[in-house]
Amino acid sequence: MTIKIRVENATRLFLGGTVVAFEGISFDVYANEFLCIVGPSGCGKTTLLRCMDGLIPLSAGTITLDGQPITRPPEKVSMVFQHFGLFPWKTVFANVAYGLKVRGAPAAEITERVSRAIELVGLKGFERYYPHQLSGGMQQRVGLARALATDPDVLLMDEPFAALDAQTREILQEELLRILEQERKTIVFVTHSIDEAILLGDRVIVLTARPGRIKTVVRVPFPRPRKLSVVRADPQFGSLRTQIWELLRSEIAEAASVPP
Amino acid sequence: METAVHIQKQAELKRAIANLSRRQRRSEWVIRLVGVSLILALWEAFGRQINPLLFAPPSRIVAAAVQVVGSGELWKYLSISLKVFLIGTGLGAISGVVLGILMARIRVLDLTLEPFVIALYSTPMVALMPLVVIWLGFGDQAKAAVIYLFAIFPILLNTYQGVKSVDPKLLEVAKSFRSPEWALWGDVILPSSLPFLVAGLRLALGRALVGMVVADLYTAVSGIGYLIVRYAQSIQIDRMLVPVITLSLLGVILVQGLRWLEVRVAPWQHSSHD
Ligand SMILES: Nc1ncnc2c1ncn2[C@@H]1O[C@H](COP(=O)(O)OP(=O)(O)OP(=O)(O)O)[C@@H](O)[C@H]1O
Ligand SMILES: [Mg+2]
Repeated sequence: MTIKIRVENATRLFLGGTVVAFEGISFDVYANEFLCIVGPSGCGKTTLLRCMDGLIPLSAGTITLDGQPITRPPEKVSMVFQHFGLFPWKTVFANVAYGLKVRGAPAAEITERVSRAIELVGLKGFERYYPHQLSGGMQQRVGLARALATDPDVLLMDEPFAALDAQTREILQEELLRILEQERKTIVFVTHSIDEAILLGDRVIVLTARPGRIKTVVRVPFPRPRKLSVVRADPQFGSLRTQIWELLRSEIAEAASVPP
Repeated sequence: METAVHIQKQAELKRAIANLSRRQRRSEWVIRLVGVSLILALWEAFGRQINPLLFAPPSRIVAAAVQVVGSGELWKYLSISLKVFLIGTGLGAISGVVLGILMARIRVLDLTLEPFVIALYSTPMVALMPLVVIWLGFGDQAKAAVIYLFAIFPILLNTYQGVKSVDPKLLEVAKSFRSPEWALWGDVILPSSLPFLVAGLRLALGRALVGMVVADLYTAVSGIGYLIVRYAQSIQIDRMLVPVITLSLLGVILVQGLRWLEVRVAPWQHSSHD
């Protein structure tokens, strides 16, 4: 398996070193794998993704993409945000077109790629809507389309469905799996939901409470293409869930007993 | 899809709320109309008792207005002032916006310029009139400069505030998509601080209008200021009040127009409340 992203001994401090977000983290992300990261609140998951996107530097260690150190946001990596991060003054079309426009892509290419991305996430017909006219689920579809439009190799997703209600969330999980059948991507997916991590991921990295370190890496055995209902019904799903929950519970208990 | 129904329901709700507030607004207008007519009637009644050299009732002002406007005199002098007004505020608005963004985005500029900007914002601009006259004389240039000084600071400070309050999450989104700094201005910073900008413009227009009259009175007496001075000196109070009222009408129209615009430039901000 080719390694897409390598994280080595990564540490990130804040506030002059008084806050350690995460510490000594090392792992590889393989090409076209779906890697999930779970961990207690505040253990540095968002910070880790921001470092992987080149938005902020590490305090120590390295992160490489295809062997090249990441120093600024790479062209081949797109981020999907928990807060959606849509531009409220841009239409759906313009939002999805944003990455390509910044890149200076020719208009014809923008139109073609944007239409394709919008169709892929099931938003055809909503091109002229503004974000505030859409439901949360549709807004995150726009966020996903915007990330896909630039045709990245890697998608970094920070709790992308956390702000959505349970049903919408499930629909979008199915949609994401469907989209990935069509577009092979490497995914790093942060979530609070153990279910979500198992349903979607090939591997799940469990982080410790802050300062975040890797506690365990759990392999998820379900084959693809996956159907959520089938995976849920699998007895292995239940045992994986218990296993990860036990790992996390001890961490959360510890986090609760230590003041920040 | 989930949303088609959702959007329709939202629209229905919006209509119901609009209906309610429309009824309320109608009753407010009735009260206002009655009150205003009452005051005008009192003014008329008392105004007629007082020496016409010192005061004028509404009826005489209206008669004077018909003459001053009808003869084209008002427009002749007003247009002279307005031309300078547009130049002064236009330049003030443009440089205020650019400086505001520069200050908010570039740390060195922020730290060095802020004390000066705050000091100048608090300076009564009238105090700088003599200096302007020394530098630029009594002509239109001096007048435009005065109006510019009156207009620029509210716009600058509002733009600055607007840029500072741009959602850092959106800036990070832009950064994640590899936006260079200069592209941020048009894509994120300007649209997101537009409501601040329009609010600044509204404040600036009010001040610029003051600047316009001050400039007319303290440099070469001309334009609408000249009209006021001339009627005052010939003790024609009714006529003198015509340009004065014109100025207040102009102020109201400009300010209300911008208030209207303020609500509309950022529809996404307001629809999140209903
Ligand atoms: N810009 C910053 N300045 C100071 N401290 C920060 C900053 N960003 C994050 N932190 C701190 O670093 C730690 C990790 O934050 P981070 O947001 O990465 O956690 P997280 O795992 O994503 O949490 P959650 O699950 O709640 O989203 C927290 O203690 C947070 O307060
Ligand atoms: Mg987070």
